[in-house]
Amino acid sequence: MTQTELLIQLLINGVTIGSYLALIALGYTMVYGIIELINFAHGDIYMLGFMISLTLLGVLGVRGTLGGWELWAVLIGVMLATMLCTGLLNMTIDRLAYKPLRRAPRLAPLITAVGMSFMLENLAMIWKGSSQIFYPNVFPMIDIPNQVLGMKTNVLFTTKDVLLIGVTVPLMVGLSLFIRNTKMGKAMRATAQDREAAALMGIDAENVIRTTFFVGGALAGTAGMIVGLYLNTGRYLMGFDAGLLAFTSAVLGGIGNVTGAMLGGFFIGFLQAFSDQYLSSEWTRIIVFTTLILVLVFRPSGLLGQRTPDKL
Amino acid sequence: MVKLWRSLTGPWRGLPSRPRQVVPWAIVVGLLLVFPLVDKALRLQVLNDFTDVLVLVVLALGLNIVVGYAGLLDLGYAAFFAIGAYTTGILTWPAHHLEWNFWVVIWGAVIVAAFMGIVIGTPTLRLRGDYLAIVTLAFGEIVPTTIRNLGGVNLAIGPWQILDNANLTNGVQGLNPVGRPWIGNFEFSFDPTPWYFLILMIAALVIFANVRLQDSRLGRAWMALREDETAADCVGVNPVRTKLLAFALGASFSGFSGAFYAAKLQAIFPELFRFNLSVMILCMVILGGMGNIRGVVIGGLLIQLFDRVILTQTTLLARGVGQALNLAPLATIDLGLWRWFFFGLTIVVIMVIRPEGLFPSRASRRQLHAAEDVEKPASG
Repeated sequence: MTQTELLIQLLINGVTIGSYLALIALGYTMVYGIIELINFAHGDIYMLGFMISLTLLGVLGVRGTLGGWELWAVLIGVMLATMLCTGLLNMTIDRLAYKPLRRAPRLAPLITAVGMSFMLENLAMIWKGSSQIFYPNVFPMIDIPNQVLGMKTNVLFTTKDVLLIGVTVPLMVGLSLFIRNTKMGKAMRATAQDREAAALMGIDAENVIRTTFFVGGALAGTAGMIVGLYLNTGRYLMGFDAGLLAFTSAVLGGIGNVTGAMLGGFFIGFLQAFSDQYLSSEWTRIIVFTTLILVLVFRPSGLLGQRTPDKL
Repeated sequence: MVKLWRSLTGPWRGLPSRPRQVVPWAIVVGLLLVFPLVDKALRLQVLNDFTDVLVLVVLALGLNIVVGYAGLLDLGYAAFFAIGAYTTGILTWPAHHLEWNFWVVIWGAVIVAAFMGIVIGTPTLRLRGDYLAIVTLAFGEIVPTTIRNLGGVNLAIGPWQILDNANLTNGVQGLNPVGRPWIGNFEFSFDPTPWYFLILMIAALVIFANVRLQDSRLGRAWMALREDETAADCVGVNPVRTKLLAFALGASFSGFSGAFYAAKLQAIFPELFRFNLSVMILCMVILGGMGNIRGVVIGGLLIQLFDRVILTQTTLLARGVGQALNLAPLATIDLGLWRWFFFGLTIVVIMVIRPEGLFPSRASRRQLHAAEDVEKPASG
């Protein structure tokens, strides 16, 4: 592999990692924007998206690669069902664990979120076992530069990369449009700015919060399924690391800022790809977590966020 | 100086005037002191487990200072425990040819842990509470991962090989054996009794520190910060310095228990000090009641009793019932697999239903239910 090829490869890896991290990060950033809660269990919703879609594929009897209309029908059907499940689950968690603490000190719901995360992980372990799980290779993998374009190169860019980007980017754009243009989106922005003032204007804040949890959960669930299709493997603990990385992305982009979350995701994706290559992958976790600390310490408002004083 | 002496001797001078408070404590202490004899006489063989439980209770008391008194959510507390244990391990592991005396090393572990508390605290304590929690969590992940990676480091700058497979922590295999304490010619070995008395002494020291700190100037400054940082700052409490003391003190207690744990267990691995452990200790603090010594001790003991005895016994019971009724899923159930579920559930339920914990101190009950008390006369 030449230097140029290596660089292109790393950029591709960065974008693929970044795009699913960004999808998870959106859930963190939306929830934080509205109720100032680091939803620690969010990474586990992503993991459950993986598990639920895996189960649905099993119910449909899908074991190997599909093609044609069957592929699209299965993918879209399973994805929508997964989104519905994880969205509703996230809403339920909010109802049970966070809603009673809306007026409590800020750390109280964060502590329950940690407890919730442990419950979800344990349930997933009992449900699917504690070892690495195989996820069926549903989506066909075709090496695009070599097999389609007829180029001779060592850069690996497959249809799976296209799938990953082709699902995540439209969802992110769709979310941005939703927040910018719909009535619910406007209500979300208003609630994020000032919940009480929004309530005085006739916005049902609880309804906005429910919707936010639903949308965030649905996006995380999609990310879980797409990662399953992409990597073909996963584990009940996969949500912990992914969740922390996604949270870092959200903070890096400026928490509460949807565009920032996407940029942050790509940044962390590149960081991970380059660290895997130039340091060893054993140190990547340390690099990423150190970045998390540095970002929180030196730039807690993120790259795009605005400095806001603490609300009293 | 006189003031300090008076405040230190306060509990003893107060003794005769409040026998009602002292008698129960005297009974507890007496029971703890004769416990090894009872254990031997009745062949209960739980002394060793009970010693391990006390290690975790000491950790919970240390975390209580950080989370309970100062209101700083530390999700990476196990990292300081790891630092204490590994300081001990590195200084006494035979392959390093240091083999320092345990009684020196344990203070080294305390100092290193406190120092690391200051290192991680100095830049981060200006952050808001929830961000601080995430920073401590990241720190808690960095420490065991670094320990694992320091088993064989190769570092070359250009042609110079600076480190060639340098082995500080022995990586995943962990450090084994760790040096044991000696008193004169007596070695602490497999008999749990001397270990038990050592941890009892450490626990007594930590409880004493907790009690004396609670009503000290520093303790009141912590609680003021916990309740309202801006207001505390305005009346002259230096937030960063005060929080830093909480961090360093909390860390130093886990240094004690880390050193003890490493020497008793004789083998330490990076995997022992993961996020799970931090959350378990947090659960122990929350169950009994944050910021309340009696609550933390009882809550911690309850969690450990549940984890070590109740879970396994209930599993056996459920299996027996399952076999008797011929229910296959019940006959093969293993509730041990559910332990983290129960810890998570405990945290959620306590935080939602009874945030002051099961055994709250009078003060915290008053604070948390102040609003309700005010409303009562109005409605009634």
